[in-house]
Amino acid sequence: MERFNTFKGIAAPFNILNVDTDKIIPKQFLTTIKRTGLGKHVFDEMRYKKDGSENPNFVLNQRPYDKSNILIAGDNFGCGSSREHAPWALKDFGIKCIISTSFADIFYNNSFKNGLLPIMVTKDERDALLEDAKDKENPEIEIDLENQEIRRPNGGKIKFKIDPFRKKCLLEGLDDIGLTELHENKIKSFEESRSTKHPWL
Amino acid sequence: MYKTLYDKIWQSHLINEQDDGTSLIYIDRHLVHEVTSPQAFEGLRLSNRKVNSPKRTLAVADHNVPTLDRELGIKEEDSRIQVEELDKNVEEFQIPYFNMNDTRQGIVHVIGPEQGFTQPGMTIVCGDSHTATHGAFGSLAFGIGTSEVEHVLATQTLIQKKAMNMLINISGNLDKIVTSKDLILYIIGKIGTAGGTGCVIEYSGNALRDMSMESRMTICNMSIEAGARAGMIAPDDITFNYLYEKPMAPKNQDWEKAVNWWKTLPSDTGAKFDKIVDIDATKVTQTITWGTSPEEIVSIDGTVPNPDKISDEVKQNKIKRSIEYMGLTPGQKISDVEINTVFIGSCTNSRIEDIRSAAEIIKGKKVSTNVKALVVPGSGLVKKQAEEEGLDVIFKHAGFEWREPGCSMCLAMNSDKLNEGDRCASTSNRNFEGRQGKGGRTHLVSPEIAAASAITGKLTDPRNVT
Repeated sequence: MERFNTFKGIAAPFNILNVDTDKIIPKQFLTTIKRTGLGKHVFDEMRYKKDGSENPNFVLNQRPYDKSNILIAGDNFGCGSSREHAPWALKDFGIKCIISTSFADIFYNNSFKNGLLPIMVTKDERDALLEDAKDKENPEIEIDLENQEIRRPNGGKIKFKIDPFRKKCLLEGLDDIGLTELHENKIKSFEESRSTKHPWL
Repeated sequence: MYKTLYDKIWQSHLINEQDDGTSLIYIDRHLVHEVTSPQAFEGLRLSNRKVNSPKRTLAVADHNVPTLDRELGIKEEDSRIQVEELDKNVEEFQIPYFNMNDTRQGIVHVIGPEQGFTQPGMTIVCGDSHTATHGAFGSLAFGIGTSEVEHVLATQTLIQKKAMNMLINISGNLDKIVTSKDLILYIIGKIGTAGGTGCVIEYSGNALRDMSMESRMTICNMSIEAGARAGMIAPDDITFNYLYEKPMAPKNQDWEKAVNWWKTLPSDTGAKFDKIVDIDATKVTQTITWGTSPEEIVSIDGTVPNPDKISDEVKQNKIKRSIEYMGLTPGQKISDVEINTVFIGSCTNSRIEDIRSAAEIIKGKKVSTNVKALVVPGSGLVKKQAEEEGLDVIFKHAGFEWREPGCSMCLAMNSDKLNEGDRCASTSNRNFEGRQGKGGRTHLVSPEIAAASAITGKLTDPRNVT
């Protein structure tokens, strides 16, 4: 996984409640056997009209948000199905960070595995960032994971919390499986004692 | 210290814990299907890794498979490639597999329990959010993403943090007409789709103790719709009787040992829960969804809500959007709403008990001429059992289509889907916009209400079908 560096990017206002993973990437695109190429289908039903043309009312079709790297999202973002196609599609579109008050557990987890940073802030902080993002002339926000800081266009800063292990993995671009393999002996001995105690397992 | 069922399973699977609580836990069982696994197997190949424990893994194709003319193969190219990819991967990595033509094939969350692959006290994962279903056996079962599928395949472990303990205590008894589907929809309506976020839910109370495993699975299955990754119910004699002599359940001496261990699993009296929700079973009515979120529920004798009465603007907009998408009007009686499709199936309600209860209502009646109705049994074995009981004949006589097992119209990845504007009474678990087909409208209902609605062509209380 590539390292997650500090970046400044366009933030799109996306204040919709309970955005589910079916909405992020509908099932007709799940038949892929690859991780890439889903960006053009992200939010398909909201993004395109019935004839396949772009829906001009959808925020990610409008300038400057068509080049967004950050979503300022509504509560409970990413609920529903466990499909990792959702973070793959967002990442492929160019989104690197999503800021909301809350995320669904599986989506939250899947995002970290793909170098996509979900940040949880308070409702007031999220609402302030939504106002920042609505300013089409200057919607750029800076995300500094190292210092756990969101820098607003007006110079203001919002601190955020993050699990230290997940932070380290993102900053260093670490591969989970490789890290787990360092515990190989512990896993083996666990397995052996379990097989003796509960042989049917 | 007193422990919950979740605490006990968590602790007995803990291999390593870091200071910040990041833990490595052992995974006893891994179910694999065609949609969320190809990229994981590809990852193994690229990094030259093997599957750590093929015998703890079971694969099946369910999401993409056709439910008609299966012998002709899969027509849609993408879907066919995905299933062929699974065929190749299980062969290469030597994983036990029920292919599309095996009688044991079916929805991943139906076949696990049916085979006894699912057992109490286990950790069970699958790249599918409805893995919560298996928690009905008193196991810790949850859905994972594809990166985690690869992680489990490679190491038989997962990196996790312990979730909070949440208790949903259902006191009193349910009315006879109220099913486990009504109960779980009612609970989701109470706590909301984020009510269980960050938690593992344990359901308890007398009402559950009398319930069959099928009904318990329906409840645990929809825990994810309440935001919880896992839902569980303490194992008891009903659990043990269900598992006894199942093909993959422990046998002989192991059976005795297993049962003795399983009996130690229920939460200790006095165990601490981080959140407790009390549900009065006597208040639960026959519940369905009116909107496009599983929390947007209404009693079968209720009406569509009025968004103007909601003060929060974001919530008001969500409800307005749902009403618009669903083509309803505020204040409309839900039992006046006409449907043109009925789907009885999915990992929520496609087991033998569901099919029996629907058949009971259908018997001797005809599906309304405006309605297309299908039954998709959860597995080849459920289908066989139902046919032995003559249930297929009841459905076919009534005008239902009797299909081959699979996920089918629950998520419409195969050719079973709603068209723009179709309205479906569906026994599945998600009513999101476009879930059952672009522009399709879904009402989540119990098998009984689905059956009654097929006859009248409207969302109908089964008591009103005579």
